[in-house]
Amino acid sequence: MKGNDVTNNDNGTATGNGNGNGVKRSSNPLSGSMDRMRDWWAGAPQWQRWGVYVALIVGALILPAPWIGAFMSPDNDWTTVLFFPIGVYMLMAIGLNVVVGMAGLLDLGFVAFYAIGAYSLAYFGTEYGWNFWATLVIGVAITAVSGVILGAPTLRLRGDYLAIVTLGFGEIVRITANNTDEIGGARGITNVPHPPDMFGQKFLFDPAPYYYLMVATIVLAIIFSRRLEISRVGRSWAAIREDEDAAELMGVPTFKFKLLAFAVGAIIGGLAGTVWAGQANFVAPNSFPFILSATILVAVVLGGSGNLPGVMVGAFLIAWLPERFREVQDYRILFFGAVLVLLMALRPEGLLPSRRRRAELAEGTGGMGSMGAEVAGPTSDPDMEVSK
Amino acid sequence: MALTLTLSACAGSGDDGNGGDGGGDGASTVTIGFMGDLTGENSAIVIPPRDGAKMAIDEYNAGDPDVKIELKEYDTQGKPEQATALVAQAVGQDKITALIGPAFSGESKAVGAQLDEAGIPSISASATNPGLAENGWKFWHRVVANDNDQGPGIAEFLTKAFSPKKAFIISDDQEYSVGLAESVKASFDEGGVPTETDKFAQTASDYSSSVEKIRSSNADVIFFGGYYAQGGRLLKQLRDANVKTPFVSGDGSLDAQLVTAAGAPAAEGAILGCPCNIPSADVEGALKTFYDNFKKATGNDPAIYATEGYDAATAFIKAVEAGNTTSDKINEFLSTVEFEGVSKPIKFKENGEPEANDIFIYEVVDGTVTLLGTSAEATLK
Amino acid sequence: MLDDLSSQFLPSTVGGLAAGAIYALIALGYTMVYGVLRLINFAHSEIFMIGAFASLFVLITMGISAPLTGIALVGMLLLMMIVSMAAAGGAAVVLEQVAYKPLRKKGASRLAALISAIGASLFLQELFALIVIPEVFDTPGRNTVPVPRIADRDVLFSIGNANIRTDHVIVIVAALAMMIVLDQVVNRSRMGRGIRATAQDPEAAVLMGVNIDNVVRLTFLLGGAMAGVAGMLYAFEYENLIFNVGFILGVKAFTAAVLGGIGNIRGALVGGFALGLIENWGAIFLGSEWKDVTAFVVLVIVLMFRPTGILGESLQRARA
Repeated sequence: MKGNDVTNNDNGTATGNGNGNGVKRSSNPLSGSMDRMRDWWAGAPQWQRWGVYVALIVGALILPAPWIGAFMSPDNDWTTVLFFPIGVYMLMAIGLNVVVGMAGLLDLGFVAFYAIGAYSLAYFGTEYGWNFWATLVIGVAITAVSGVILGAPTLRLRGDYLAIVTLGFGEIVRITANNTDEIGGARGITNVPHPPDMFGQKFLFDPAPYYYLMVATIVLAIIFSRRLEISRVGRSWAAIREDEDAAELMGVPTFKFKLLAFAVGAIIGGLAGTVWAGQANFVAPNSFPFILSATILVAVVLGGSGNLPGVMVGAFLIAWLPERFREVQDYRILFFGAVLVLLMALRPEGLLPSRRRRAELAEGTGGMGSMGAEVAGPTSDPDMEVSK
Repeated sequence: MALTLTLSACAGSGDDGNGGDGGGDGASTVTIGFMGDLTGENSAIVIPPRDGAKMAIDEYNAGDPDVKIELKEYDTQGKPEQATALVAQAVGQDKITALIGPAFSGESKAVGAQLDEAGIPSISASATNPGLAENGWKFWHRVVANDNDQGPGIAEFLTKAFSPKKAFIISDDQEYSVGLAESVKASFDEGGVPTETDKFAQTASDYSSSVEKIRSSNADVIFFGGYYAQGGRLLKQLRDANVKTPFVSGDGSLDAQLVTAAGAPAAEGAILGCPCNIPSADVEGALKTFYDNFKKATGNDPAIYATEGYDAATAFIKAVEAGNTTSDKINEFLSTVEFEGVSKPIKFKENGEPEANDIFIYEVVDGTVTLLGTSAEATLK
Repeated sequence: MLDDLSSQFLPSTVGGLAAGAIYALIALGYTMVYGVLRLINFAHSEIFMIGAFASLFVLITMGISAPLTGIALVGMLLLMMIVSMAAAGGAAVVLEQVAYKPLRKKGASRLAALISAIGASLFLQELFALIVIPEVFDTPGRNTVPVPRIADRDVLFSIGNANIRTDHVIVIVAALAMMIVLDQVVNRSRMGRGIRATAQDPEAAVLMGVNIDNVVRLTFLLGGAMAGVAGMLYAFEYENLIFNVGFILGVKAFTAAVLGGIGNIRGALVGGFALGLIENWGAIFLGSEWKDVTAFVVLVIVLMFRPTGILGESLQRARA
């Protein structure tokens, strides 16, 4: 996090326009203000950025305060909500962003890694009585390996074939856990060990220590994925996302890097599962449905696939809004669905898109392939044209 | 922390009960939570005990006691993760003194340790997983016999009624379903009745492979562990495939919806075991009073676990009547409480299990679920 | 094991074919939309659900409470099919207008369209759970809604130890007939040519004067109508509906489409039946709880050796 800035990063890519003015602003006021913020950030000096980082971390630490909770979550314990779903979703979104946002691989079974992380802690913790931290390391290793196991046979597939295979993988993991008595079957595993005491904090049923542990994990995950993004690895991922064939021709070992993306994503997803299981005390297959994979994907795309702050904002909103509006209980998913459709129609690139993604969109060649962009023909929205 | 004045202007749908405004002027109130799946897929099993509990508390409050009781509802939709956060809310913000629930075993497992840590006494009216009593939780109770009583009770009855040479045990893949199926299987194993098994996904709709397994097993009796939605579908597909073997299930399938899902002809003669005592119009005595009052209060016939919900609430009411208004004192009181509940005599063992563990047998007769009696006494119609 | 195989094989095959017929019909919608737009129409499972409930609506409106026979039965089945096709086809076209067209016009990424589809899917499910099922069908929204029986399930004939019942025959024959009709429409008619042209090369199709919007609308209409038939057959065969009935079937049907070769209409047919059979055969040995796992494992294995499915994407284009 040494402030290698976003513009720098964009210079090296095929479609980036170098400076931020390459993309015309749409007249939408929402995107307008966000873009201004982004421009300021791109030009902000080092000290201002560090100021923002510090402010964000301080903000995260005071977030559980009751007066904030009274507004943010009147019907449910705010600190618990901050840990799960908000924290867990954010961490998972950071992980999925590596796979989807950076490497451009559509993964519909991300929940599998979350499940494997949670089950690792539960199994080794209860069967062998291993300590939380030891199991955390083992769990992360297991999820990384499972990422490779999923990736190796399937990463030769393109696009939507990969999507259905990953979806299948997520279901295979859940159903296998559900039908395997050695890991508790449908009953799951109870009395999963909590983390040991740290800094005088006891990890029992007070949600606050877990929340701080989650904040620390998220900060680490951000640094980790950001360092990767601005390294050679990240550039290779971008190249693969833009045009896999071209990347291969230019000498990028695409298969190796795709596998790495899966492994890194799996590690972060597994981490989320382990930390969650340490608090939850109880894991069962029902906690890992397909809809959770879909929800995290929604968070990533809604926030702005490929852009970390965007992805985190997306995850926060997806996790928090349903909790905030518990009084409309029954109708919240209905609204949620409608809002997704509406938001994608108004701002398909997400709330806080990466610059590069905006540029791609404007050219009509998103990394994921664009839906019938070639079909739109000469009448496409002039606002979205790239000024050359 | 236990005594709370009802000044809290509670927003949200969780706040039912009419105690909210009437309780001012220094009259103190004890808040008791009810936690369970009130809007989710299996809410049909949780709404009757909620109504039963509410009825008991309304009756108590109507007597204008010194200490009123307020019932606060927490809807988990049956999800353990939801229950974790709701317990934190109930204990931390709403300061509940005691809890009726959680309704299901999964959510009970998820929050049992949390409630124990917080020292909140709980009584579940419907969580039947045997493992719950083995956690050493000091504040946990239930008024319903567990699956380890239900399984043998049902198996014993079936052995008596059919003397089967072979039994087929099938379930879907949900926690409750698998547990109950295993308990029944273990009892058959013990009794020397050979069994075959199969299991299908909760979300499946085509059971033809299971139906063929059952047919080719030539079993004399089929036991299905699971809820009525899947049970009804399975029963229908069995009868359509001309498999006429007697069909037996447990408390999860004990609902009129089993008959609607399977169709009345297919459901006829289906046998259902349950640790619950559901009064019908022809009962007598205390049960009859309950039946009439319940019908008056809710407009419905009492359904599954309504009496248990009423008894769970009554146990807390007795504690409050005896002058116990803190969580600790109520919990202490529960260890000695003994009274004649509507479902069964209520008395808790040290581990929180009920002393009475009768299993009741029901049969679908002319399209309605009819009580035959306890598993020891019942005979088929 | 071998005993199980000999006694269960043929009956399981019949069950697998009936399930497979429904998978195949739903798979057609995925495959056609994918062929034209390269998009996973995630909300297609809810189109199926709408079709299934439309059939139930017909039965309730007509006051059917006892099984029908002869001409009355055929007439009722046709009526259900027409209403379901219209409802599902119409819903699919509306879905396209609301959830996809704005994105298409903006040239949004397919990922954005996928999210829009997930949103639409949730919206439609909840719409049924909260409003349609309680209001129209008078049942608590998240409960199973029973469908009245309209045809007795008599054994027509037996093959080995497998009894073939009326309902099996109706489902399999109806599904095959509809697939043949669709295949002919796409391969023979003028409209079908437009669809194929767009699938092969959208830019060239535009230059050749094909109206893309019309082609997309037609694709959704036809795919939706097929899902409507599937919904009607599902309601008829399994006689129980629930608001999220489409979800698992949608996943299976999409698997079937990929298995057969997505974008390929005949592939959907092959994939659908193959999936239904594999699941049921696998269950003989492994137990029915492993059905879904078997289906996905077979998918992965097939894709490893034939990365574009059993029949490939050949009918349209191999541009992945």
